[in-house]
Amino acid sequence: MVSLQFRSPHWRARVQHNIPAEELGPLGPLMADAVSKCVHCGFCLQACPTYQVMGEEMDSPRGRIYLLKEVLEGSLPLDEATPYIDRCLGCLSCEPACPSGVPYRNLITPFRILAEPIRARTRFDRFLRWVILQTLPYPNRFRLSAILGGLGKRFASAMPRRMKEMTALLPTKLPAARPLPELTPAVGTRRARVALLAGCAQQVLAPDINHAAIRVLSNSGVEVVVPKNQVCCGAIAAHTGAGELACKLARQNLVAFPQDVDCIITTAAGCGSGMHEYPVWLKNDSKEGEAKKLAVLVKDVSAFLLELGPLNLVPLERPTRIAYHDACHLANGQGITSQPRALLQQIGNLEVVEVKGGQNCCGSAGTYNIEQPEAAHLLGQQKAEAILATGAVAVASGNIGCIVQLQHHLETLGSGVRVRHTVEWLADSIRA
Amino acid sequence: MSRLRQSLPPDRVLTSRAATTSFESDGLTAYREKPGVIVLVESTSEVVDVVKLCHEFGVPFVARGSGTSLSGGSLPIANGVVISLNRLNKIIDYSAEQRTITVEPGFINLEVSKHVAGDRLYYSPDPSSGPVCTIGGNVAFNSGGAHCLKYGMTANHVLGIKAVLPDGEVVEFGGESLEHVGPDLCGMFVGSEGLFGVALEITLRVLPQPERFHTVLAAYDTLAGAGDAVAMIVASGLLPGAMEIMDRLAIEASEAAVHAGYPTTAAAALLVELEGPSEELDAEIPLLEQVIRDSGAYEVRVAANKEERSRIWVGRKCAFSAIGRLSPDYLVQDGVVPRTELGNALSAIEALSEQYGLRVANVFHAGDGNLHPLILFDGRIPGEFEQAEHLAGEILMMCLRLGGSITGEHGVGVEKIAYLPEMYTENEMNLMRLIRQAVDPAEIANRGKMLQASALGKGG
Ligand SMILES: Cc1cc2nc3c(=O)[nH]c(=O)nc-3n(C[C@H](O)[C@H](O)[C@H](O)COP(=O)(O)OP(=O)(O)OC[C@H]3O[C@@H](n4cnc5c(N)ncnc54)[C@H](O)[C@@H]3O)c2cc1C
Ligand code: SF4
Ligand code: SF4
Repeated sequence: MVSLQFRSPHWRARVQHNIPAEELGPLGPLMADAVSKCVHCGFCLQACPTYQVMGEEMDSPRGRIYLLKEVLEGSLPLDEATPYIDRCLGCLSCEPACPSGVPYRNLITPFRILAEPIRARTRFDRFLRWVILQTLPYPNRFRLSAILGGLGKRFASAMPRRMKEMTALLPTKLPAARPLPELTPAVGTRRARVALLAGCAQQVLAPDINHAAIRVLSNSGVEVVVPKNQVCCGAIAAHTGAGELACKLARQNLVAFPQDVDCIITTAAGCGSGMHEYPVWLKNDSKEGEAKKLAVLVKDVSAFLLELGPLNLVPLERPTRIAYHDACHLANGQGITSQPRALLQQIGNLEVVEVKGGQNCCGSAGTYNIEQPEAAHLLGQQKAEAILATGAVAVASGNIGCIVQLQHHLETLGSGVRVRHTVEWLADSIRA
Repeated sequence: MSRLRQSLPPDRVLTSRAATTSFESDGLTAYREKPGVIVLVESTSEVVDVVKLCHEFGVPFVARGSGTSLSGGSLPIANGVVISLNRLNKIIDYSAEQRTITVEPGFINLEVSKHVAGDRLYYSPDPSSGPVCTIGGNVAFNSGGAHCLKYGMTANHVLGIKAVLPDGEVVEFGGESLEHVGPDLCGMFVGSEGLFGVALEITLRVLPQPERFHTVLAAYDTLAGAGDAVAMIVASGLLPGAMEIMDRLAIEASEAAVHAGYPTTAAAALLVELEGPSEELDAEIPLLEQVIRDSGAYEVRVAANKEERSRIWVGRKCAFSAIGRLSPDYLVQDGVVPRTELGNALSAIEALSEQYGLRVANVFHAGDGNLHPLILFDGRIPGEFEQAEHLAGEILMMCLRLGGSITGEHGVGVEKIAYLPEMYTENEMNLMRLIRQAVDPAEIANRGKMLQASALGKGG
């Protein structure tokens, strides 16, 4: 059994904090700080989707923090804890629920990065991870494998469950590739200049989203550049523990993105949340300073548009009711909940309704639906049912992962309800 | 063990190190102990089966709800069984007309109010941990909350209990009404800290929602000043739904967590809430304003709407946990003094804090005289924990000297075992032990909590 052993375990009658922060490298102090802020009060329990499903301490935020603490202190072998750490969605619902302000993200991501090289995985696990990390961050490779995956659906009955879940989410037919213009000038007087992160999976699965963003931005007086040498933001890599890959991608983006823009716009919640974490990934790196400067520029498209002022929108032809779904990495990761709703409400004839249990994760959570198919499936199904109960004819959300997951589960329930990005709704109504 | 495995599916009988580690502590991290096994029960009959097995083999067990006990109530017993009740969270029966609801023990406190809100009803006992703690835990500890001033603690709202005794016998106490004949066995079970077995079904009384609330935040430049104001309000004949005090440290922490708009420059804030029919409030509000003005408050704010009221309350209820922002470790104390002694008690705590050189934050149910001093310390500094414990002890003894009690609502658990004999006479202690012995001679139910394990219990 592998263990992260830094100190000899010693029995203590009282819970103490003894994480050898210095021995754990640059991420050590971050993790130790997060752990020491936890007072074990349990206020986060009910907010955690995995606790809701499993009802056991190890699958709660409090339990996970405790297990991580024990592993980091060397009192618990790593492999004892990994099943529960793996089940964490990384949805960060536990953060706003915590009165003590435990920055859970500073614990889970660094821990995954630290643990990955030394943990035990089955061969099949390693293969799946390899496939994900070799394809998802690279639009061209992902496109190819998505096409193959789409074909592969026909042979689904012969696949192991986790492969099946992975391919089930893929559309049978991919939308045509639509490259983004390198520069789109502002229409009318220029009010701002921004750089857009294209994203990787989103560019393949739903290229319309970024085009919609450019359309809304430019028609609202914003010049949009799409830096040529940009790469995947690295969030998927970091959140699955592939620290080196994440840092490599982050460094490439530090070079690719100009800093003389008013903002760096992200249209996928997961990417936005990931770019905000660059200073954490590159802690004590020579690029840490640059990462900090870049991170403050990063803003989700909805937050940026709302701050810009009222948009010039044409009302919809007839009254339409849509449900808004909070992407975890927008709501919990970046604290963005009111902005997209306020934007959508600017569209005449559009009614925005709330989904019951709205704070619950839909189960997409990066690569979760591939790595933990059962839980992801259950969460996705519950979410789709809650959406249908609202009587909405369509859904708006701010994250590609959620959009794909919700669409899949709505279709499975036989529903024709369509899921679109907030900015696509705006693009339909913007006066050009 | 093998008998346990026979009666339950393997994934619900946990013995892995990860499981026993994560269950080793509750809301009081001053203690930890690994259980031998944790069982995740999914039906009340499974609870009965497990208890019967424990009885047969003389293995001690601890029932566990959400593990938010602040006195070590759900601390496991070494090599014993933990019966985790979180999955037992269904509603068994609800009648809006009768205003009763029967739930399983793992049902969450706040969910009761949410469930009955559609009928304009609510469940009154509102511990700050309401969004997470279970009704079973509330029953065991007779939990209270800010709004227990007017309508009483858990015991006043439990109508009936179905429970399994430590020998496996299933019994029912009480019924659907508050009046019954014979000894109040239900009342005895509530607050018994799990010593009489496990509650399986609990029937609660729910109340009509008050028509209107009037929530006031008053700022004081001394802590004792806020304490004295409480006595003045009571003397004026007003009976608010809640009266709470937070001192500067508590305000600082809570504001960092929720930004509810507490006066951050004040030495203490008094939170008073009137509730009831509109006409009644019309008469009470001017009187309250007058008393607060006379009490020397330098600033008074009134919640303008539902959202402001709710933010103020979230701010109050998050205060304990929010202290985690100010200090790596803290001890929450829970003592009671007569309301008229509040000012004195608070001054005494301030003096003790200075004497020990440890910060003490105060946030508490002032209306009940139920103090919650939070002693801030850093466990990494050798000796500080012991100092903090000492200070906590002195505060408790002070409460007793002033004619109060060593626990208001968090229970005795393991934390205060040593102090119980200070409060009760030898005869009273013996009576408690006798009752315990009669119900559970082998002391398998929550051994070593509330009452010191006897020689017999330890051996069993
Ligand atoms: C931040 C914070 C704030 C708090 N605020 C308050 C407050 O305002 N007022 C207050 O009174 N308390 C408060 N508490 C203490 C705690 O929340 C209560 O004591 C609560 O009732 C415990 O519920 P639980 O479900 O967590 O029970 P646990 O901690 O799991 O168990 C508590 C005790 O109950 C026993 N028990 C549990 N279920 C059963 C059952 N079905 N049958 C028999 N025994 C059982 C256990 O064995 C244990 O002894 C607070 C705690 C925290 C962490
Ligand atoms: S709410 Fe925060 S402090 Fe409390 S147990 Fe959860 S993470 Fe720890
Ligand atoms: S990130 Fe989500 S799944 Fe993970 S512990 Fe927090 S609330 Fe639970």
